[in-house]
Amino acid sequence: MSKNTDPMSWRMRNDIAGRPWRGRAREYDLFKELTVGVMVVGLLVLGLSAVFSSPDDPSVTLKSWATAAPADFVATATAELGGTSKTAGYGPPYNATPDASQKLGPIDLQSFSGVRIPIDTANDFVISPLQSLPSSPSAVSDWKAGTDKQHVDWAAAYTDALSKAPDNDPAKVGPGDYGPVPALTGTLLGMAQQGALDGVLQAKDSFYSTDYTRSTLFLGDGTYFPGLADTAHLTGDQWGMMNETGNYPGQSWLWLFSFVYQVQPIKSSPNADILVVSIMAVLTLLLTLVPFIPGLRSLPRRIPIHRLIWKDYYRRR
Amino acid sequence: MTPDGDTAAGTVDEEPRFSTWTGTARGWMLRRLPPDKLLPEDQPSYVASWIYVFGMGAIAALVYIIVSGCILALNGPAWYHVSGLGHFINSTHLWSVELFFMFMVIHLWGKYWMAAWRGGRVLTWITGVIAFVVSIVTAFTGYLLQTNFDSQWIAFQAKDALNAVGVGAWFNVTNLGQILMWHITLLPLAVAGVVALHVVLVRMHGVVPPLDAAATDAQLQQDLPQRASVEGEHL
Repeated sequence: MSKNTDPMSWRMRNDIAGRPWRGRAREYDLFKELTVGVMVVGLLVLGLSAVFSSPDDPSVTLKSWATAAPADFVATATAELGGTSKTAGYGPPYNATPDASQKLGPIDLQSFSGVRIPIDTANDFVISPLQSLPSSPSAVSDWKAGTDKQHVDWAAAYTDALSKAPDNDPAKVGPGDYGPVPALTGTLLGMAQQGALDGVLQAKDSFYSTDYTRSTLFLGDGTYFPGLADTAHLTGDQWGMMNETGNYPGQSWLWLFSFVYQVQPIKSSPNADILVVSIMAVLTLLLTLVPFIPGLRSLPRRIPIHRLIWKDYYRRR
Repeated sequence: MTPDGDTAAGTVDEEPRFSTWTGTARGWMLRRLPPDKLLPEDQPSYVASWIYVFGMGAIAALVYIIVSGCILALNGPAWYHVSGLGHFINSTHLWSVELFFMFMVIHLWGKYWMAAWRGGRVLTWITGVIAFVVSIVTAFTGYLLQTNFDSQWIAFQAKDALNAVGVGAWFNVTNLGQILMWHITLLPLAVAGVVALHVVLVRMHGVVPPLDAAATDAQLQQDLPQRASVEGEHL
């Protein structure tokens, strides 16, 4: 069908769709419809709110993490010191870890922005907070006196020892060459359990702060926080992007976004995020440009749902 | 300077001519959207289906989103944790958003099956899709502002997609202050602007006629629009 005669075309032509309607009309009151609509929707909103309320599960703090799962906290702090945590190996915008960024073929948008929010996990998550204490532990000086290789070796040895200890309990770790790591992580644990670490990590020597990047990343490097999310059916493989805590509908409009994450090979790809965002960008563009795409714009003619919508009109033709 | 509204004699279409920018703009707007098109008292006979209710329903839900959002804004993002009234207002904000999306999605599907872009209405379709996409981003930032476990986890998870496309520093989901600004200033302005443009375009072009409508149809056998009672659902 040529452009000029295609009845599904978006073009303005001198036909029934393009001209002002010259046939029969019916009475219509825009303001009355708006008023009735606002009243009906208002009743629905008030009714749904009164019956179902809204979810509000309390946030996790570094204090609640350190209190509920001290072994996980210490293991995570050790990984931050040794540079083996997820954040330490994340790449831009937090650090310049080589080959860490996600790529779409040769395109590396993640690196394009550069390191905009620099995070040195050992210093930012462990050493600096300990230095803020009234009497900074001597282990901090010992750590600073160590070489980079010693830092890595100490942390690796302690991580290994923690994993072999009963219940991963730091108190049950056997002797070994861990340098100042046990003292550093133990003091940080005490600081977190008292509630001091939350403020220090967020504010970073400033009175004001609205930035929770460091606290969130530190929490996410452990297993406690993701474990809670898993229990609340919020993780990615549970379609968590569109879920909400409790039995609430959440962002159900993200179902397609969430669905694409479940499809192989995207699901197990190291570039899953950039692949999913790219696919969604293309699909959104297709939806926007439906009127220009011959096959897609003709579907409403082939599947005549319009017969139901305008059944009154068709009956009176 | 010619006063606004002066009619230049001898023009073929006898439309007013203006010599000022303001007058020219007014003339342009009046030609495209005369008052009886902007605030109509009748509609074509085919505008008789429940599907037409959902566009207006989405606007009505948006009214409640804005009103409840303003009340929440006056009290700050943590208010609803400690106040019964605050929690109720938060609930109305949530449920008006859920209804908004439900109505908008039904409206979008309805317009797709009507092929509502026909007859020069393509910009109406495009602004509708943009309104949908911008609303999704706005709702997402709202979920990030809950200042509870859900928002913490959403921030932790969502950062990866945003960092992967290189915008994580400017749209930093773990920075509450930044996301607050997106949610209560930048994005609502975008939603309101796009929705307003969408509605104006709907009024300018009118509601798309049925597929297969032909000049031989009984309802097109009159030269001038006139009101007639039509059986079927009222709007």
